[in-house]
Amino acid sequence: MLTPEEVKHVADLARIDLTPEEIEKYQQQLSRILDYVGKLATAQTDGVPTADGGTINLENVWREDEQSTANNQQPTIDLIKMAPETSGGQVKVKNVF
Amino acid sequence: MIKELHQKLINKEVSAVKLATEYLARAKSSDLNAFITITEKEALEQAKTIDEKIAQGEEVPLLAGIPASIKDLIMTAGVRTTAASKILENYVAPYDATVIKKLKENGLVMVGKNNCDEFAMGSSTENSAFGPTKNPYDKTRVAGGTSGGSAAAVASDLSVYSIGTDTGGSVRQPAAFCGVVGLKPTYGAVSRYGLIADASSLDQVGVVAKTVEDAEIVFNIIKGRDEMDATSVEVRSRELGAENSNSKFQTPGLKGLKIGIPQEYFSNGIDQEIGEAIANFVKRAQGLGAEIVEISLPHTEHALAVYYIIQPAEASANLARYDGVRYGQKSEIRNQKSEISLIDLYKKTRAEFLGPEVKRRIMLGTYALSAGYYDAYYKKAQQVRTLIREDFHKAFNEVDLIFAPVAPHPAWKIGEKINDPLSMYLEDVFTVPINIAGLPALSLPVGKTSAGLPIGAQIIGPWGGETEIFQAGKQLENF
Repeated sequence: MLTPEEVKHVADLARIDLTPEEIEKYQQQLSRILDYVGKLATAQTDGVPTADGGTINLENVWREDEQSTANNQQPTIDLIKMAPETSGGQVKVKNVF
Repeated sequence: MIKELHQKLINKEVSAVKLATEYLARAKSSDLNAFITITEKEALEQAKTIDEKIAQGEEVPLLAGIPASIKDLIMTAGVRTTAASKILENYVAPYDATVIKKLKENGLVMVGKNNCDEFAMGSSTENSAFGPTKNPYDKTRVAGGTSGGSAAAVASDLSVYSIGTDTGGSVRQPAAFCGVVGLKPTYGAVSRYGLIADASSLDQVGVVAKTVEDAEIVFNIIKGRDEMDATSVEVRSRELGAENSNSKFQTPGLKGLKIGIPQEYFSNGIDQEIGEAIANFVKRAQGLGAEIVEISLPHTEHALAVYYIIQPAEASANLARYDGVRYGQKSEIRNQKSEISLIDLYKKTRAEFLGPEVKRRIMLGTYALSAGYYDAYYKKAQQVRTLIREDFHKAFNEVDLIFAPVAPHPAWKIGEKINDPLSMYLEDVFTVPINIAGLPALSLPVGKTSAGLPIGAQIIGPWGGETEIFQAGKQLENF
């Protein structure tokens, strides 16, 4: 069983504020789910490689690092428009420090 | 159905505008909540263009003028694209996904954007911030998920086909619950450029349709390698299985086809009526000349645990972008006088605008990836994933296709499982192994329960085995 402190810690890492009621609810639910997925510990995996990177035969795909679109500002303008707060055609961000 | 409608359109028995108007009227008056946004203006404009081309005697593509709908997880330029989340409630897609671009080149008429579980996390479309989609066969029951709006819309003639996505069964299971056909293609077969990401090593764009032929028509248009999606591939027939088997069995009939029945899919608390329907389906294939072979996929018991580690882990990384800065909603706390830190802005925005299931998965994934737990969860899951994949590889050296149920139970009551997340996860037991292995699979309606709820069977193919799946599916769908 996860402790309330562990739930709070993982929520902090995930950048989600939780109310005390939510901490209690997720404590129960996450513990049950982790118990279930934890049964994987019984699977024999000695020497088994991890299935990294997709699931079909992979091959490298190379291309030249060239600009592929014309000098069109519209896509940039459209993308910036979707940000909650903008200033002078740029996305406005709070002070990081 | 697409071919018939196409004939009517080019014979001028019906106009694309009339067709669009009919579908729009049904979509607008439907009480199933299958749509988040209905795009009437766009649909009528698109239909008008098709009619003009036909009037001028131009040849139009097979899909031109056929009313379609699109899961609201796929970007459609100039149209609100929400991922069924409050955090993207007012987000207008700035560009078209590659699938949409391809469909538009083929005369897409888009009726609207289909409801789904928020960020494609769930099994019932109850996790939508816009309310659940109801099952057309029983409105007190779920339509399945996550592409529940897509399946309900196609089942009730609100669209002829819908583009959905399948990360752990999200096209196949709602198709089964609503009695329609659902295709989850080989991983990488369809470009995901413009698809809002859930779990990147599992996500695949799929098709919900009325018939196998319709699913095949749409798949052949949307498939193919795309420079904008580095994981997309040109799927060659039978990528990793035996040699190209197109000549292996002759239609009509299924003579020469070897079908594997995995014993592990028939033991775990499966509903009796579903078990019987699948058994009858297998008998029917046998009657058409197929050889039935019992097979074993020994690591099946671990598939669900593997999925519920890998999916949340990848989703937790993908959803880090919803931070109140780059797009979507932000917490209004920011506008108050007292200064809050950047990190508090993230936390409050995500607390306010993400739904309970999405929060649960993000936290699960964050936990599985956090220091001290990575080896026990994510690494272990990726190792067992190799074993699951090898199970299928071995099986497909022996058989051409695998038949299995789609879900252990028919559609459940709305609200029945919403407070018990694990019980809902367990319903994905037969669909997630296919995504873990990256295989193609088709969900086909094979009957109904005594209560009148549809039952679906899965036809699972080897990597790149879509052709064989369609061939077998077309032989088996009408009975």
